[in-house]
Amino acid sequence: MPGKSPWKMAAGAAAIVLLAAGCSGSTSEDTESLPNSISIGIVEPSSLVPSNTVEANGSQVLASLFYPLVRFDAKGAPYPVAAQSITADKQKRVWTVKLRPGFTFSNGEPVTADNYVNAWNYGAYGPHAQDASYFFKRIDGYADLQGKDADGDGPQKPGEPKAKEMRGLKKVDNLTFRVTLTEGFAGWASVMGYDAFYPLPKAAFSGEGELKKDFGEAPIGNGPFKIKGKWEHDEKIVVEQVADFKGTVPKVAAITWKIYQDLGAQYADLVAGNLDVETKIPIESLGSASGDLGNRLGKSPSSAFHFVGFPVYEQKYKNPDVRRALSMAINRGEMTDQVFLGAETPANGFVSPVVNGARPNACGEACEYNPTKARQLYTAADGPKDIKITYNVDGGHKAWVDAMCNQIKASLGINCTGVGEPKLKTLLDKVRAKQDVGLIRLAWTMDYPLMESYLGPLFTSDGSSNYYGYKNSTFDSLVRQGSAATDTAQAVKLWREAEDILVKDMPVLPLRFGQNVFGYSERVTDVTMDPFQKVDIYAIDIAG
Amino acid sequence: MFRYIVRRLLQMVLTFFGATFIVYALMFANVDDPLQALAGDRPITDSQRAVLEARYHLDDGFFTQYWHYVSGLLTGDFGQSLTGRPISEMLAQAWPVTVRLALFAIVIAAVIAVGAGVLSGIRRGGAFDTATLVLTLLVLAMPIVVLAPLAQLVFGIQLGWFPPTATRDANLYELLLPALVLGTLVVATELRVTRTSVAENLRADYVRTARAKGLAPKRVIGVHVLRNSLIPVITLIGVDIGALMSGAVVTEGVFNIPGVGFNLLRGIRTEDGPLVVGFVSVLVIVFLVINLIVDLLYAALDPRIRYE
Repeated sequence: MPGKSPWKMAAGAAAIVLLAAGCSGSTSEDTESLPNSISIGIVEPSSLVPSNTVEANGSQVLASLFYPLVRFDAKGAPYPVAAQSITADKQKRVWTVKLRPGFTFSNGEPVTADNYVNAWNYGAYGPHAQDASYFFKRIDGYADLQGKDADGDGPQKPGEPKAKEMRGLKKVDNLTFRVTLTEGFAGWASVMGYDAFYPLPKAAFSGEGELKKDFGEAPIGNGPFKIKGKWEHDEKIVVEQVADFKGTVPKVAAITWKIYQDLGAQYADLVAGNLDVETKIPIESLGSASGDLGNRLGKSPSSAFHFVGFPVYEQKYKNPDVRRALSMAINRGEMTDQVFLGAETPANGFVSPVVNGARPNACGEACEYNPTKARQLYTAADGPKDIKITYNVDGGHKAWVDAMCNQIKASLGINCTGVGEPKLKTLLDKVRAKQDVGLIRLAWTMDYPLMESYLGPLFTSDGSSNYYGYKNSTFDSLVRQGSAATDTAQAVKLWREAEDILVKDMPVLPLRFGQNVFGYSERVTDVTMDPFQKVDIYAIDIAG
Repeated sequence: MFRYIVRRLLQMVLTFFGATFIVYALMFANVDDPLQALAGDRPITDSQRAVLEARYHLDDGFFTQYWHYVSGLLTGDFGQSLTGRPISEMLAQAWPVTVRLALFAIVIAAVIAVGAGVLSGIRRGGAFDTATLVLTLLVLAMPIVVLAPLAQLVFGIQLGWFPPTATRDANLYELLLPALVLGTLVVATELRVTRTSVAENLRADYVRTARAKGLAPKRVIGVHVLRNSLIPVITLIGVDIGALMSGAVVTEGVFNIPGVGFNLLRGIRTEDGPLVVGFVSVLVIVFLVINLIVDLLYAALDPRIRYE
């Protein structure tokens, strides 16, 4: 072998390499877009099974494949879509859903009450470990579908649940079913607009109550689009219109959900004209975005709520005056303008303005920047001379935490430091152990457009995300009464009263409300985004 | 030769298990709550946590978990990512594009490096030599986190010569820009090594002998000098192939190529132990095989080297 010409070998090797590199090169040409199809950028969804989808990307794709029971108008009030009517008894405990007749799944199966009942029972069943199962919590019998963990967090595995079907979910006839809740809840119609409440066709199930393993790879829905082929992981999901769809017919014939790992790459494609819609312009591109996109840059409110919580178990933060003084010491508008370049808006309440019943200035004076008054109040209340704000470093929070600290230093003349924890988990573990972490960086997005979706989990004594230990029994009972109120106006009134208590107690500092900052190409028009961070696929159209 | 290969293969088995064990242990130490990392800011219910922990053996001790993993591996089962996707499928989807990108980059880099390196080695101290010296310094000083977005902005968006992103089934043209960027990682070193090696061999005794025999200068350089000069370069190129496959994290991210680098980054970010270990296991094999091939090629290029 040494005697043979090494040049021939090298040339041969190079040829093989180039051949290998080029061999599958021609396959990308067949995705040439149809004249009436558009592309929208997303990040790889974590799942496309409705009851397992809790993040915006999967939710966005599902919105094209499924048709929800209700959608929401501009004010956040629900109106029936796939349902013909949704009625409740006087106590708002027993809800009757009547489906619109004539709808089919994209595989031809008619949509019946059974499809809803089976899908919801699947989602609620504990051992299926579906991420969105907590949405079914209010339905009577949900608890029986969860395995009891006899020894709490101990080594013993939870046992088999008592039941496989929720007792509160009953089919009445082919197109009607009844939902019984554990207690009255006026906002239930809004809850049913969420992804977890989509129906599943018979074809989705492999056996009694068991989903086919690969259903999530190519979901079959009752929506205006059907999936073409299957989910091409890390690459794209193509959906095309269903022939003679009975509901609202979208204006575009097909949507390619292009999957990006990196928002910057997505932005590059948008500017170069290879992508029609980017739903989240990366913050580092915001400076140049108005130049790059001109009037094709849009903003709309989203439901995100950013705040820092006070560890109310700490003696030094016990006095509400200290907390209110800190709130008045920070300039929210400066932070959103300078750090977030207008991508977020200052928060002046505890409930995002996208929700029905939220008031534009619920917090009033307590959330306005007033350094003189803040200093007086703070000195009078003898607040701590040294405070910390703890945040998780993997979320890009350092810049604004530092800015906030500088504002506090300047307004109150005390020392303030930002402390980074590697992950949110490590931060929350310290909070649970009641360690001295100072103020805690937190955020929330709503599950359904009701004030309760903020007030309940964040501030009630047993709220799932009330990490800072805020307790106020009057507040708790107002929220509960609001949930049980028989009409929406009454509920909103009670919830507003509850929010007023928060303004007085100030258990957290409301900082910013999120916005969708999106951009689109010259090919498309009528691009709008809803508070759920989704593009309205029914409104979007091809330009010209 | 045969015995040498067998010995190396046996060593590879040991190295492979040692490496995966270390990576597994490191991931195990780094991971504290992958389920929460996956769920983001949202709380997980206790019953859901219990089911998921049992499914992914998260509640077992380290050695039990490692045993589950290795016994799966020996039967060809890489396990499941924490997002529920089979890792073997993810590997099969990610590797082709990364291999193509890395090979493409190495071909570009090697052609430039050897061509320019030989020229500047022959005319040492000339204008071309000085120019390449400055250029290579520039390329070496430029980190890829700067170079990749810059190339994308200038050539992809402003000039519009190349598509700014590539996909899994990208053709050669779409891969050209990422490959050029990736190639800069190695081209400078390869060029400098070629140049030095050529310059050194030009003064070697056998070259003087060849010249004294009256051989044509073309033959002296093309056969005698080049063949001996390329030995260190080939070694370097071989090792670089491995480095490029694992080192494409930034490039793949910027150009949106769903390959190995991207999956590694995602696995680390979401504390997805099985995903990281799966990809690293394959990377280890690639490194081992490439090193073996390079060593064998050594013997082919240099008759003085013999493996017993």
